[in-house]
Amino acid sequence: MKIVIIGNGISGITAAKTLRKHSDHQIIVLSDESELFFSRTALMYVFMGHMRAQDIVPHKKKFYEDNNIELYLTRVRTVDFEHKSVILEDDNFIDYDKLIIATGSKPRIINWPGKQLDGVHTLYHIQDLENIERHCETMNHAIIVGGGLIGVELAEMLHSRKIPVTMLVRESEYWSGVLPLEEAKMISDHIRAHDIGLKLNTELKEIWGDKEKVKMILTSTGEKINCEFVGLTVGVQPNIDFLDFTTLETNRGILVNDKLETNMDSVYAIGDCAEIRTPKEGRKNIEAVWYTGRMMGELAAHNILGKELDYNPGIWFNSAKFFDIEYQVYGSVPNKPVEGIGQLFWKHPKKNKSIRLVFDLKNKAILGFNLMGIRYRHEVCEKWISDQTHIEEVLSNLSLANFDPEFFSTYEQHLVAAYNKETGSALKLKQKRSLSNVLNFLSK
Amino acid sequence: MNEINHSLSLTESAKRPLNILQNIGSFIGFAGLAVLLVSLANIYTKDQIDILLYGSLGAISVGTIIYTIGTYKDKPAGIKNDYNWLAGLTSKGSSAWIAAIFITTFYVFLYWFPQYLGLGENGAANRGLVGFFDPLSELLKGEGKLASQWFMYGTLYTFAIIIFGIKFIVKYRHNRYQVIRTISVMVFQLGFAFILPAFLERMSLPYNDFKNVWPLNYYFFDTWNINGMLNAGNIGLFMLIFGIAMVLIITPILTYFFGKRWYCSWVCGCGGLAETAGDSFRHLSDKSENAWKVERWMIHTVLVISVLMTIAVIYNYRAQETQYLVTTEIFLGIVLFISLLLTGVVIYNRNSWINKHNRIAFIIGGALLILLLAFTSYSYFLKGANDLFIIQTYKIQQFYGFFIGAAFSGVIGVGFYPIMGSRVWCRFGCPMAALLGMQQKFFSRFRITTNGSQCISCGNCSTYCEMGIDVRAYAEKGQDIVRASCVGCGICSAVCPRGVLKLENGPKTNQRASEKRAIFISEDEVGLIG
Repeated sequence: MKIVIIGNGISGITAAKTLRKHSDHQIIVLSDESELFFSRTALMYVFMGHMRAQDIVPHKKKFYEDNNIELYLTRVRTVDFEHKSVILEDDNFIDYDKLIIATGSKPRIINWPGKQLDGVHTLYHIQDLENIERHCETMNHAIIVGGGLIGVELAEMLHSRKIPVTMLVRESEYWSGVLPLEEAKMISDHIRAHDIGLKLNTELKEIWGDKEKVKMILTSTGEKINCEFVGLTVGVQPNIDFLDFTTLETNRGILVNDKLETNMDSVYAIGDCAEIRTPKEGRKNIEAVWYTGRMMGELAAHNILGKELDYNPGIWFNSAKFFDIEYQVYGSVPNKPVEGIGQLFWKHPKKNKSIRLVFDLKNKAILGFNLMGIRYRHEVCEKWISDQTHIEEVLSNLSLANFDPEFFSTYEQHLVAAYNKETGSALKLKQKRSLSNVLNFLSK
Repeated sequence: MNEINHSLSLTESAKRPLNILQNIGSFIGFAGLAVLLVSLANIYTKDQIDILLYGSLGAISVGTIIYTIGTYKDKPAGIKNDYNWLAGLTSKGSSAWIAAIFITTFYVFLYWFPQYLGLGENGAANRGLVGFFDPLSELLKGEGKLASQWFMYGTLYTFAIIIFGIKFIVKYRHNRYQVIRTISVMVFQLGFAFILPAFLERMSLPYNDFKNVWPLNYYFFDTWNINGMLNAGNIGLFMLIFGIAMVLIITPILTYFFGKRWYCSWVCGCGGLAETAGDSFRHLSDKSENAWKVERWMIHTVLVISVLMTIAVIYNYRAQETQYLVTTEIFLGIVLFISLLLTGVVIYNRNSWINKHNRIAFIIGGALLILLLAFTSYSYFLKGANDLFIIQTYKIQQFYGFFIGAAFSGVIGVGFYPIMGSRVWCRFGCPMAALLGMQQKFFSRFRITTNGSQCISCGNCSTYCEMGIDVRAYAEKGQDIVRASCVGCGICSAVCPRGVLKLENGPKTNQRASEKRAIFISEDEVGLIG
């Protein structure tokens, strides 16, 4: 069987690796961005000098040669689904028996006046680093549009080069569409602590230029700001334009069923470009996160090999880092108070650390964990949530979840105290954090 | 990826911007260093030496501290690795080569031409750099006890650990594991390697660095050292017993509970310098599979040589000093006993240990033991010679001292920090690390655990692993990490942007590091290994 994979991101490469692990089929991976798979989320570290470009590449060329995975650096123009053929930009074509589309995302760009000017950039592809680098020398002030994960990364990158940055954020706090208010405020303050201007409730209206170069922007509040660079980071969208005018059924992304099959025979779509028709409870149609790409890649590979598995990413989790503050979330954590949902929140009086527990007020079952500056153990949180563990049971064993390095202060007692104060109960922390206790708990 | 790297050409385009404090700090620090170096020209008069020595060391400390404040003052605590691969000094640029050549040259003179550093020969007075340290030596060790090149070196070494240790603590002030660990190496270096030996000398007792354990301390069983201890009364006897207990009892127990990190990154002086002065170069370690292969062969070869040498030395000692306990029969018996014990352990654990690589190691180890038995029997029954092997024992000692004790651990180990990373000696040459590594791999509760599926394969952990372990390869599979070479510095855990890695001690199991957590499909296999 000849399997063609379009895209060498985490989804496509995981699919290729899984296919190779369990079969001897011919595997071809096409990409137009880079020859080798790299960690997109680590691009910022290359720019800041934490790593070199080759350091964010998990597998060297030899790995693909040894495992007989064929890599081609080329661009796909379209797919002829009827004749099962991928048509390349040079008019060559590759026939397939099975096709996996894993073309990922592309930056979302709104139709702002002036977006074509020199100095307006997005941050997504490896080539973007080069472009931003080129502008750094002449940059006196940079504007970043968008209060999401990529925006803060770009701010951190430019900040490392001592370039003054102003961020325009539509929401009332940084990422407050996702984070609860307290956490969002903490990040907003932390961004400001780096001398980065943060303009909240503000959107970009127009970009003005001089001789085709960015000179100034106009915000929705009527403010004009001089700048030589505008970074557009208002989210991503599935990268599927090349499939327009084909018989493939798409909405925002390529529509797939639970087996990750598209409406076309022998064609699968995975990762950021796939849109699940009926997502599981608590999950979205399109989730542009690293691990879902990995899961889908593995699942599509197994389905091609005849396993007939349904896609179920399980309980939601994610993580990020905003400058120096690490963030982890497990389960569902609403960004606003919700009726019937209890929330237990503790924030360190001085440091950027907080813990939030979310639970159902009716049956007292734990629903989610939101951590700032503190690490929690994935398996433990996941087990508590999927077992619908009672909040008091969770609280008294909360130390099991702590994943901070040794000798770090523990803060679980503050959550227990907060709960006791609120409810008048007399809960006590039962367990100490230790790997043995965790293993005992998980093997129960 | 190569062509992309070229087009980015980041290494040439960016310079680490220094603020005023950093510039002032650098200036003061280099001025202090210059005063130190000018001492080589013998232009300081006797009554100037005092003030100049303390002045230069003071200037270097103050300069480093001002630089540190300038670097971290206005930044919230966190991982500060900006510019590491952009600035020349930390990315093998020309300044890195200059630093490497400078340090290497210093070591060459230190080991083989100390007279050019000013060591007074044949009773002549010290001059130059060594003479510069006479006042401090007399202050610590007593009137008339002038400096040697080793005192000068030890002082600078300890000094480097202290001032760069302070810089390290400020840099990682948000991470209590790093802070405590660094205070520990600073205390052990200052107390056990610097002050205590000086005090012992003041009391006319034999030199002893209690934390310097055989086989890192390869001369521990040398005749002069053993005799020195045996002739120094109860304290000497304690030193001998403590040294042996460290090897046979204390080390294995601590390594069982905590992994080899208790020594390599909490106590050891070599590790101490690597972690503090070498911190800026930790990302330069070679992560390739080839380097890993070379590492395994090289470090275990050094271990074998040092063990054989020690056996030969002890055998030799028996021949000279018949009044002590070690008779040929006892010696032969011990070798036989250890051989049988090791064989038994290997056979008992054959299933969990023996894979392709280990098998070769076991065959070589077995062959060496047989060879050793043959030599011992030959010497005992036929020759009655003082030397265990065909080569004279002192020649093996000479070889080891020159190539491994000096050239490898000093010249290459420290001199090449800016080019090969900070742990070259610990990774490729240290017999102690090899020994602890075997314990860590087979008899320890220590491992690095990974946090579920949070890994994003960014590569910070692998890049900043000073031992060249490809941590990411394990973390992205959700696999716990048990590697003989891991010194447990904890930096992989610190630099991880997603909170994936944690150094932990837990119940010992045979599958500590097996690849168990499938990412998605086999849910029955999902879970921590325990």
